[in-house]
Amino acid sequence: MNAFSLAISEAFALLAGFDHRVAEIVGLSLQVSGLAVLLGTLIGLPLGACLGVGRFRGRQLLVIALNGCMGLPSVVVGVVVYLLLSRSGPLGDLGLLYSPTAMVLAQTVLVAPLMAAIARQTIEDAWHDYEEEFRVLRLRWIDSVRVLLHDCRHSLLVAVLAGLGRAMSEVGAVMIVGGNIDRSTRTMTTAIALETSKGDLPLAVALGLVLLAVILVLNGLALVVRQWAMRRYA
Amino acid sequence: MANGLLKFLGCAAVSVMAWVSPAQAGETIVLASTTSTEQSGLFNFILPIFEKDSGIAVKVVALGTGQALDVGRRGDADVLLVHDRAAEDKFVQDGFGVDRKDVMYNDFVLVGPAADAAGVKGARDATDAFARIARKGSPWVSRGDRSGTHAAELRFWGSAGVELKGQPWYKEAGAGMGPTLNMAAGMGAYTLADRGTWASFKNRQDLAILYAGDPKLYNPYGVMLVNPARHPHVKKGAGEKFIQWITSAEGRRAISAYKIGNEQLFYPLSR
Repeated sequence: MNAFSLAISEAFALLAGFDHRVAEIVGLSLQVSGLAVLLGTLIGLPLGACLGVGRFRGRQLLVIALNGCMGLPSVVVGVVVYLLLSRSGPLGDLGLLYSPTAMVLAQTVLVAPLMAAIARQTIEDAWHDYEEEFRVLRLRWIDSVRVLLHDCRHSLLVAVLAGLGRAMSEVGAVMIVGGNIDRSTRTMTTAIALETSKGDLPLAVALGLVLLAVILVLNGLALVVRQWAMRRYA
Repeated sequence: MANGLLKFLGCAAVSVMAWVSPAQAGETIVLASTTSTEQSGLFNFILPIFEKDSGIAVKVVALGTGQALDVGRRGDADVLLVHDRAAEDKFVQDGFGVDRKDVMYNDFVLVGPAADAAGVKGARDATDAFARIARKGSPWVSRGDRSGTHAAELRFWGSAGVELKGQPWYKEAGAGMGPTLNMAAGMGAYTLADRGTWASFKNRQDLAILYAGDPKLYNPYGVMLVNPARHPHVKKGAGEKFIQWITSAEGRRAISAYKIGNEQLFYPLSR
């Protein structure tokens, strides 16, 4: 059997057999990336909305910087967060390095700018449609931000899903700040990297297919929830 | 508003920590070690025995030796288990580590394409094998990552009198042992590997062991505690217990008992 068919049959075996270790690793990936996306949503969406609505000097520069941060290499984020959390770094006393919390922090830094950048564009487009109305209503800008965040919530789902996709698939940051410790900080992506290192390429691809399946299910769920919410509150 | 937001973020951070850090009953130490010990499966075999005996959980961060020593220097690990004697001694001399002990050894093996264009199979000794590869200009993949294996490889090039700079056949992977072997397999190149990683490596393709057995290919591992005088948070008691255990009769027995197939991968060093 060639490597690909071997990988696919192993992936099905992993999914069908409900391997306990794999389930644990998938669980940690979901926890870490889920929390990072939650924090990214709380930070990124309001930030993006403010930037979309606000009119102030230097705004263009900020927008360029934010869009640039979408391409932030995860390894660089990993190294910077590592230096911050290292015992010899400024936050060393917290002792957070090589913990899932450190991984959540690193992924939050990674996804928040991405989510903010997408939210900024979405909100800014909507702002152009509403601008006149808001002016007539004499809304303060912060209230416009609130209204727009609420009205665009269905479109902003894309920002959340993009953040989730980035968090679930990155390996550079979690590898460095988490350490890929067995039964502690091993996620889907670091497990894939490890199996690749061991030369077990079929297992690495099989794990990759499992990860892809998980991401697809999450996206499907998001779509269903969105349609339900639109019907309910439209 | 800003105050409330800060408070909210603080609460969020705390609940995040509570959620994602599983409650740990006993003590935990961080062991920075090499990819060879982790990927060969040795730790998966011996650490559960130690954890059962002592109640101390060991979290292994697997890096190259140079990186593992850096992690220790910064105080981000409690115990180090690495394989580069010269670098280890310097680490202790500089006051970063204490209580260094010999643990075990295995050996390096020269692997390459089975056709063996450079003819290292007939080499007189390891140095001659390296010289033959250089003479033939056969492709070589180096770890290039300041690991123990990288340091050993550079020693052999040095004793063979080979100048590596600008050699088109010499490629630095800058990667761990596994990825380096993946590259060598893909390119049909030679490389130096530790026997543990080689034995557990699955993507061999056309690679085979072509030279082994020179006493100079000896690969000893040492363990040490990160100096608690320099990094007060180091878990001195638990770390010392681990060092004591892995060099004790039980530890030596556990190391000897680890086999892949019928092959013993590491041999304990008795004091």
